[in-house]
Amino acid sequence: MKKQGRKINGNTFLLLITIILFFVMYGVGIVVFKEQGFAKVQNFLNLFISNAGLIVIATGMTIVMITGGIDISVGSVTAMVCMILAWSMENKGWGAVQATVFVLAIGLVFGFVQGWLVAYLKIQPFIVTLAGMFFARGMTAVISKDMISIKNETFLAWAQYKMHLPFGGYVNKKGVTIYPYIYPSVVIAIVVLVLMFVVLKYTKFGRSIYAIGGNEQSALMMGLDVKRTKLKAYVLEGFLSSLGGFLFCLNTCSGFVEQAKGLEMDAIASSVIGGTLLTGGVGNVFGSLFGVLIKGTIEAFITFQGTLSSWWTRITIAAMLCFFIVLQSIFAATKNKK
Amino acid sequence: MNKKIVALLSVAAVASTMAVNVSAEEDLITVGYAQVGAESDWRTANTESFKSTFTEENGYKLIFDDAQQKQENQIKAIRNFIQQDVDYIVVAPVVETGWETVLQEAKDAGIPVILSDRMMDVADDSLYTCWVGGNFVKEGETCANWLVDKFGDEEEVNVVTIQGTIGASAQIGRTEGVDNVLKDHANFKILDQQSGEFTQAKGQEVMESFLKSYDDIDVVICENDNEAFGAIDAIKAAGKTCGPEGDICVVSFDSVKAAFEAMIAGDLNATFECNPLHGPRVAEIIQKLEAGEEVDKIQYVDEGAFDTTMDLEAILAERLY
Repeated sequence: MKKQGRKINGNTFLLLITIILFFVMYGVGIVVFKEQGFAKVQNFLNLFISNAGLIVIATGMTIVMITGGIDISVGSVTAMVCMILAWSMENKGWGAVQATVFVLAIGLVFGFVQGWLVAYLKIQPFIVTLAGMFFARGMTAVISKDMISIKNETFLAWAQYKMHLPFGGYVNKKGVTIYPYIYPSVVIAIVVLVLMFVVLKYTKFGRSIYAIGGNEQSALMMGLDVKRTKLKAYVLEGFLSSLGGFLFCLNTCSGFVEQAKGLEMDAIASSVIGGTLLTGGVGNVFGSLFGVLIKGTIEAFITFQGTLSSWWTRITIAAMLCFFIVLQSIFAATKNKK
Repeated sequence: MNKKIVALLSVAAVASTMAVNVSAEEDLITVGYAQVGAESDWRTANTESFKSTFTEENGYKLIFDDAQQKQENQIKAIRNFIQQDVDYIVVAPVVETGWETVLQEAKDAGIPVILSDRMMDVADDSLYTCWVGGNFVKEGETCANWLVDKFGDEEEVNVVTIQGTIGASAQIGRTEGVDNVLKDHANFKILDQQSGEFTQAKGQEVMESFLKSYDDIDVVICENDNEAFGAIDAIKAAGKTCGPEGDICVVSFDSVKAAFEAMIAGDLNATFECNPLHGPRVAEIIQKLEAGEEVDKIQYVDEGAFDTTMDLEAILAERLY
């Protein structure tokens, strides 16, 4: 693949808009909610703390969307992962490490089955993952209908291990000095994000994913193993969704059937806002990160404002989706004219 | 390029108009309330109770957040409350589990957390100051005692239960309360229990399936009013009658206004109150805490029982929810 030259193309421009939009929104928040403490470092870090799982899941979603596919099972897989973690540790007495390795393996298997159906049997990804979604949610209920609270000490230690930053502390109203902190889940999410960025941009596998998504026929004629690459993409994504589910579980520390409902839609929305095309071939995991951060910022706006209905989050996201989809098609149209 | 810049600016404008400036006044007590959602009339009454109690005239500033039934949203809301440096956090938890991390964050920031309505399952109960809510077990027992009074020594009374969302405190408590009483009365036979998830649509669905499976149902216990409304529709659709004059006795919990209307219409036999007006009680607790007093860990609100023998029109006229 050629290096991106002097000219900024449409896709990079879309990504740029997303990033600028995030900073503008955040800047507006700092100005408007200054007195309530929007400008605190911790407030920014909270976007990552509360959304670590979603960042990883949206990264995986971006990868399959670049192949031209989609995975709507990720929310249910998250619920299943949380449930298996909670159930195996609390009811079966497994160790935290064992349970974690187990759920990550399940993610790989889940991704393999879905990927195989999509790549080798050429079934629509939407249908395959719809089945996956029902299956995972159903399995969650089969494992346990009760809510299970995770009390495993190792797991809770992971979840509650605060990594304090040495700066940016403030004294709150109660006279307590609080230094900004993150949890290990944030570190994992960032590492995954960077890794996936490198994989997509600099490896043969990564470039093949773009080629397949751009045009499957020509990718085939170029001699790329389309089926294998697709399968690998889904396996990777399955792994990322179980890892994302694990991070999600570190945040909620519990398993129950209704968990993470609609998370797949948040992941898709974040990817699209981040400049990923539903038709495939275009996308950037950093764009998806900003998609997630934008969603988090809107949520923060609404809580800081204090009287607006929280459903405005959805409405604003809807408006943004429209905005970005229209932008995308405008760019696609101008490209075709040339 | 110009067009794009215009587009960008318009987005910024939208974002800024969205965020209406609210200036915080120094002497007000700021309370952040992380509410479950707006899934039922009861919940709406509960929200209204907080909104009408924690007003600026009363010396409070209320920051309200609707979690849309999602635990992760509530966790985010609590984190945002901590950043906003609120004086008190009130949470009506969506689920009972998984609160350690975020409550620890609130504790580290020195912000007292008061639970409303539902309990939390945390190992260290110093993570929250106290809990305010209904005594669900007692509600269940009141309901079962009422049934025992009504059916007395009838040979066989077949009961079906449309349960609430499995795992919710209200579901666990009410099921337990009913069981506590009925297990001593051998003539009461519980045929089946299924979850109606506290909604009218699901309540109707469950009742339809009960009616198909059993043809001799005497009593339907619905763990909230909305489920009862669904059950009543299902019973009527199946060509049976319900209420004091009908074939099937329907009882429910919560006692929202619509339940009184259903009793007046002769569809519902009785309803057992789950008082949603927690606002004043929470305000009382906050005032005590402000004065440096100790408060009880568990605080029940007063609750009543209503059936068709009462002057329902008069009660309805005075009800706030």
